[in-house]
Amino acid sequence: LLIAVFHYYANCQQIMTRTPLASRSFSHGKVETDEEFDARWVTYFSKPDIDAWELKKGMNTLIGYDLVPEAKILDSALRACRRLDDLASAIRILEAVKDKSGPHKDIYPYLIQELGPTLAELGISTPEQLGIDKL
Amino acid sequence: MLRLIAARGGRLLARPPGAALTPVCSRAASHGEGEASTAVDMSRPLYWNRLDTPLPDRPFKDVLNEEDTALKQKEKGPWGQLTKEEKIAIYRLAFQRTYPEMKQSTGEWKTVVGGIFIFMGLTGLVVIWQSYYVYPPQPRTFAEDWQARQLQRMLDMRVNPIEGFSAKWDYEKGQWK
Repeated sequence: LLIAVFHYYANCQQIMTRTPLASRSFSHGKVETDEEFDARWVTYFSKPDIDAWELKKGMNTLIGYDLVPEAKILDSALRACRRLDDLASAIRILEAVKDKSGPHKDIYPYLIQELGPTLAELGISTPEQLGIDKL
Repeated sequence: MLRLIAARGGRLLARPPGAALTPVCSRAASHGEGEASTAVDMSRPLYWNRLDTPLPDRPFKDVLNEEDTALKQKEKGPWGQLTKEEKIAIYRLAFQRTYPEMKQSTGEWKTVVGGIFIFMGLTGLVVIWQSYYVYPPQPRTFAEDWQARQLQRMLDMRVNPIEGFSAKWDYEKGQWK
């Protein structure tokens, strides 16, 4: 488990520019690339018969990482919400991602822009559109 | 297991200023208060409001009335057909607080700082009282004239005459250098 944690930590600079991670080996194992990480998570949420628990577990774990998930992972997660008829979680995911961006205020608008077609297709309103982004 | 304890304790994340991590662990959530007022049944899935764990084990309101049930049915259809109000209602069924609501500052610090000052004040009163009523009379060696004679004796004895005490006294002029 410790090695896995190190792998995730070593992989944790998810930047929009996709520069390859500076090689810092914390263990002797192979370090997962950004692309592999993304692909793994997209696959996780793409499971056709994903259940509610798996969605929650996946999202909570993903949000626990020191990174903001890529648009394609979020796209996959939102579609999973649709399969589970869970609009609330879809909106919650958007809120969580905005919060994860922290001081980097440009990440969230970028993601919303990237997810635009998906949000339109699935009929998901952003927190801003619903007015719940303000107190 | 650790999760549950964390949820109970409300730890985390270096509170980015204003991040409210108060866990809301109440089973009887349908009355809408959400603060733990009764003993929480930890053997059942919990609800919580946490920034770092966006999707709790159960929705906030899991006892649905007719209206809510109808809404949940509508949720199974295309979401584009839901009105804004319906979407907000669906969100509120599942979640008690939005992220901005969770991150609200509470003003708790005022209570804390106020409490600190109050107790420091009370302590001060206790200290003053005890200096009147508890301490025994001061030893006679503290008296002004005793101190003066003590100092004179030290000079007469040439205490630390090279670098210290008496070295600083000018014996010719009878004053401090």
